[in-house]
Amino acid sequence: MIAELGLAALWLAAALAVLQLVFGTIFTFKSAEKAEFSQIVRPAAAMQGVLCALSFLILTWLFARTDLSVKLVAMNSHSMKPMIFKIAGTWGNHEGSMLLWVTVMAMAGALIALIERRLPERTMMATLAAQAFVGLGFYAFLLFSSNPFERLDPPALEGMGLNPLLQDIGLAFHPPTLYFGYVGLSVAFSFAVGALLTRQVTPDFARAMRPWVLGAWIFLTVGITAGSYWAYYELGWGGWWFWDPVENASLMPWLAATALLHSVSVLAARDALRAWTIMLGVVAFSMSMVGTFLVRSGILTSVHAFAVDPERGSFLLALLAIYIGGALLVFAVRAGSVTEGERFSLVSREGALVVNNVMLSAILGVVLLGTLYPLLTEAFDVRVSVGPPYFNPVSAIFALPMLLVMAVGPLLRWRHDNAKRIRPELILIAVLGLVTLAGVVAFAGIAVLPTLGIALAVVVIVASVMPLRGRKLRLLPLATWGMVIAHLGIGVSLLGMASETAFTQEKLAAVKVGDTTQVGPWTIKLDRIDPVAGPNWTALEGVLEASYRGGKPVIIDPQSRNFWSPPQETNESALITRWNGQLYAVLGREAGEGRWQLRLWWKPLVTLIWIGGMMVALGGALALIGRVYTDLRRRRVMRKAVERRSEASA
Amino acid sequence: MTEGATSHPLKKAKHQRLALVVVAVVALVAAALIATWALRNQASFFYVPSEIVSDPPPAGQAVRLGGMVETGSLVTKPDGVTIDFVVGDGDARVPVEYKGIVPDLFQEGSGVVAEGRMLANGTFRADTLLAKHDENYIPRELQDMTAAQKQAAIEETTK
Repeated sequence: MIAELGLAALWLAAALAVLQLVFGTIFTFKSAEKAEFSQIVRPAAAMQGVLCALSFLILTWLFARTDLSVKLVAMNSHSMKPMIFKIAGTWGNHEGSMLLWVTVMAMAGALIALIERRLPERTMMATLAAQAFVGLGFYAFLLFSSNPFERLDPPALEGMGLNPLLQDIGLAFHPPTLYFGYVGLSVAFSFAVGALLTRQVTPDFARAMRPWVLGAWIFLTVGITAGSYWAYYELGWGGWWFWDPVENASLMPWLAATALLHSVSVLAARDALRAWTIMLGVVAFSMSMVGTFLVRSGILTSVHAFAVDPERGSFLLALLAIYIGGALLVFAVRAGSVTEGERFSLVSREGALVVNNVMLSAILGVVLLGTLYPLLTEAFDVRVSVGPPYFNPVSAIFALPMLLVMAVGPLLRWRHDNAKRIRPELILIAVLGLVTLAGVVAFAGIAVLPTLGIALAVVVIVASVMPLRGRKLRLLPLATWGMVIAHLGIGVSLLGMASETAFTQEKLAAVKVGDTTQVGPWTIKLDRIDPVAGPNWTALEGVLEASYRGGKPVIIDPQSRNFWSPPQETNESALITRWNGQLYAVLGREAGEGRWQLRLWWKPLVTLIWIGGMMVALGGALALIGRVYTDLRRRRVMRKAVERRSEASA
Repeated sequence: MTEGATSHPLKKAKHQRLALVVVAVVALVAAALIATWALRNQASFFYVPSEIVSDPPPAGQAVRLGGMVETGSLVTKPDGVTIDFVVGDGDARVPVEYKGIVPDLFQEGSGVVAEGRMLANGTFRADTLLAKHDENYIPRELQDMTAAQKQAAIEETTK
């Protein structure tokens, strides 16, 4: 019965979305005659949030209780699974993850309906109508082709389990993080469409949209960083970024969101870049749809693709075409009537932001092309794969100048500036970069890209704290701190990437129990091989004594695990983290004569990659808190002013 | 700030806006050109063993080889970490050598995709091996092999 309740809630929510779309649209175009229609739209949006949340809670409940009469539970869960993975299993499959998407989206819609009062009512109604339109596509997708509450008759005796690769606490929270990001961009998209329809592309609009873009961007940043770390330690390949289509599917919305985040800030602060911001809003959401399509349609096979079902793929493709095509059409029709914003000169903070927006768009194009290319050639029966030899150098061509501009941009003034004014800073940056470059070339002798990467990382790290010079740190707005920390994080992360690429040392050996082997500064002794067992797996565990430059040995224990439902073998890597890098160990198979395969890496400064990523997210969070706090205070001041005026007139 | 200093930059602003647009267009066109050029050179093509035999790629060029690991062909070298095996598709056979820890679920009679390059002596040197991820998954490239190969793959994956 309870599953049917979940389904009913979902249908009701979809009906409310229709209501919201119809009434919102009518109000947008006939606000004079139909003023009372706006009274319906906000409650409809709020109620949708409640109903979807209910529906999602019900599905979670079904998974927690392992209700095997529900097909989805029987297909993806198992009564023996630890509770945390049962609950995470709710969204660890196609239908559940789409329900999560719809739920987050409905709750976001409810939130803007309830709290957003800055914008003109017409723009708000158009925004909510757009939100309902996007939502309806996903309701239809869920209800018609991926019903999560479908029954199984007769009920299964036992669940079929969950892919053991996905039984990992990090991964349990990885997809929802990205979904929050995608949904945030859908809200930004709705705002963009609303503003475009009513020709209200104003700084107020930018201020209303900004927290959603920032929020989405923070989630995407965290999602990408966490996903990269997951791939690093879970896959046991020692790499942190594979240019896998699924990784690209999360990177592309991030690139677009980064560009949007900066242009929306220009619009909010300077009333410039109106049409460009709208365009980026459309592109950013399109990229999250492309990402969803790539991951969910099964067009690419990977660990992430749950649905290998052409019907679903076509459905998502149709949604993609309708949203993007529709938005571009509205843009083409209306963009001409969006009047030009404030002007600025090339050498100004806006100018630097525009240059980097273009660079980000170029990188986005490069990644998009590389990701779609195998699909395009397959239409002509040629099967290719595109990997790091394409992505690394081609994206670097645009990333390197972008990072240089990123270092200088925050030092410039808004609207118009002169390079002479910041000459000492520029000289310092240039000297620092060149000295590092010369040092690396002279002493390290590594490949071109990591060499440039290290020099640029040093430049970015130093330049990113320069905006703090001569400022009273205690009075500095939170948003500025956010910018400084986020830019610093980019530099830190870049240093980690370049260092890992250039200085990693690898050792692959078959080692007898009791013997030692060397990798970089580490001496590793294979102490013994132990059999161990977990709740749903057994494993062989290699116990290694690792000592750094002859110091006190540390024990690490990589495992080779066998899951039994479904049967599958995985390598659990083991890591030792030091301040200056990580030792990474994988246990392979028995190699005969009592030897065991060991794969060991010493990766200097590798952790900086993810520390930097988290700094970027932290910077975003500080900026978000700062902006929301300022907005709330402004709202309070405005309300007081209104009250005082009405008292005075009374 | 003087009168002259404020009006001057604004007059210039219009040209500079045009300059920005030009920069944007140039950068995006450059991105498209560089990307297409690089794709043509850097994309690695997929081969099945019979294609490798009939129309071999130039030695040293990065390609992917997909097929079934022949039963009885897997040999571990004395160093304990280098393996030799033969990948076949029913028509042709290609010897492969690989140094490293084989992926989960790599075994004889199972599907594999090897990334690497052909050596001059007709051996394929693999840098990476990709095996099926779980019992429902066959590497994408193995999905549309000939009927006989498919049958073999299905038998292998369903037993």
